[in-house]
Amino acid sequence: MANLWEILKALDYSPLWISLKTGIVATVLCFFLGIWAARAVMRMGKRAKAVVDGLLTLPMVLPPTVAGFFLLLIFSLRRPVGTFLYATFSIKVVQSWLGCIVAAGVIAFPLMYRNARAAFEQVDIELLYAGRTLGMSERRIFWRVVLPSAGPGVVSGTILTFARALGEYGATSMLAGNIAGKTGTISQRIAMVIQNGDYATAGVWVAVILVISFAIVVLMNVFADRKLKNVRKW
Amino acid sequence: MALEVDIRRQLQGFMLDVSFSAQAGVTALLGASGSGKSMTLRCIAGVERPDEGRIALDGRVLFDSAAGIDLPPQKRRVGYLFQRYALFPNMTVLQNIGTGLSLERDRPLRRRKLEDLIGRFQLGGLEARYPRELSGGQMQRVALCRMLAAEPEAILLDEPFAALDSFLRWQLEREVRRTLSEFPGVALLVSHDRGEVYRMSGRVCVLAGGRSEPVEETGRLFDRPRTLQSALITGCKNVAAAEWIGPCTVSVPDWGVRLTCAEPDGRAVTHVGVRAHFIRPCAPDAENAVRCRVADVTDDVFSRVLTLLPDGGAATIRAELGKAESDGFAVGDEVTFSMPPDAVMLLGDAADGDAAQS
Repeated sequence: MANLWEILKALDYSPLWISLKTGIVATVLCFFLGIWAARAVMRMGKRAKAVVDGLLTLPMVLPPTVAGFFLLLIFSLRRPVGTFLYATFSIKVVQSWLGCIVAAGVIAFPLMYRNARAAFEQVDIELLYAGRTLGMSERRIFWRVVLPSAGPGVVSGTILTFARALGEYGATSMLAGNIAGKTGTISQRIAMVIQNGDYATAGVWVAVILVISFAIVVLMNVFADRKLKNVRKW
Repeated sequence: MALEVDIRRQLQGFMLDVSFSAQAGVTALLGASGSGKSMTLRCIAGVERPDEGRIALDGRVLFDSAAGIDLPPQKRRVGYLFQRYALFPNMTVLQNIGTGLSLERDRPLRRRKLEDLIGRFQLGGLEARYPRELSGGQMQRVALCRMLAAEPEAILLDEPFAALDSFLRWQLEREVRRTLSEFPGVALLVSHDRGEVYRMSGRVCVLAGGRSEPVEETGRLFDRPRTLQSALITGCKNVAAAEWIGPCTVSVPDWGVRLTCAEPDGRAVTHVGVRAHFIRPCAPDAENAVRCRVADVTDDVFSRVLTLLPDGGAATIRAELGKAESDGFAVGDEVTFSMPPDAVMLLGDAADGDAAQS
């Protein structure tokens, strides 16, 4: 017990803040991008839909290291896009916190997009028709009718996106690296201390991520349950 | 005040080809399920798009494929009452009705309008409820109220009573009838229920196989349907192929009879129809007497339905009699029935009927 106290006292807590910040920012970005992509894909023709949906889903089925490879191909400072971003806007994605967000966002995006789309497709089309004949603008119909009706699916998509972004390892380690206090996330810290044989510290971080993930999922479930009372359930 | 519709659209398995015009008041689109009635309404509202044609409301063009005009539903000012009401489940009654007033920017005026509507539709006390907390009748009232809140110039009702049981249905029908009688513009009612159409509409357009027939006065359509399709959709149980053999006489080979009819209008006739409750037992020498054998007797709620096989005929005839009046009949009896000349409806095709009218 005394040993655990020693460990906690000596622990560098930066991975916790970095992971939480990354998870939250990536989730917010994915939330809007995912919803936007879901709407856009729903409006496409059959063929285009199949192809674009495939592309958007790829990060979910590929090993994260493959996504990391492509991200490096784009953002590396030795590549045109990376050079351009750095030279023109001083934006550096590799070896930076921005890289954490991009990596976690890309990997978690399909969860948001797919859940949102599935939820929107469940919404009774007559509700959209009703909104239109009542003179509501398409934007208003989306935010006031479609999104609330699709609520449970969108909420679960957001939960999964956050959980995935919080724990992302593969693509992050390749793109952002593991710089302590800057890009060192919890999952990277666990891998690092395990390599040094420090199971006690690894265990602490495992416990931290377990508790956070579980608490958030439970909290949001409770919230979703209360908020969506007016939607009929099975 | 007039709604002119002339549209075509390819649907699964058939071509929807509808052309009619409706004046202020209630016009019904009567047709079997799957005849394209709802699609016609959706095209008028603008949530579906016809392949070609033209739709105009009071001279304002809503859709014209030739001129490239296709107003979005938001700009058509056409109200739509959905079969299952399509109330927004995440909004209260007040918010639902408020969506119809979303274009009203003047807040105090908006509130006054809302209060007025709540009062008119007797929704006081229900403002904070969600749709799932309402009865079927209340849901319909909210849907009507929301539709009229948007101040439409024409309203479309898509089978408004299809989802209700018969007791509630009668009450709601009365409410809707009253609302419709106060509505100044064109109201279009889609239904497959002949009773509903008869009670609610002044004029009817029959839709069969995706094609529309000329608009007729409701009473006249039910009295004297001019086509086979309109006879069937208005509930005529007995139809058979027929041809003229004299100035006032047609021959009906399927029933093995020659029938005298009331109107010698001489127009091309392909079929005759006789409604089941006009067929009565009679003396053997009566006019239009048919000698039949009773093939089946079925008790209905308040009547008895006899299936009759005429001597020398191939097709059966259905007669509907009162219970007392038909007490003695049993399967196998030989009986004489008459089809009064008044009751013989001469049926041709729609185009010909149109010409005869004008």
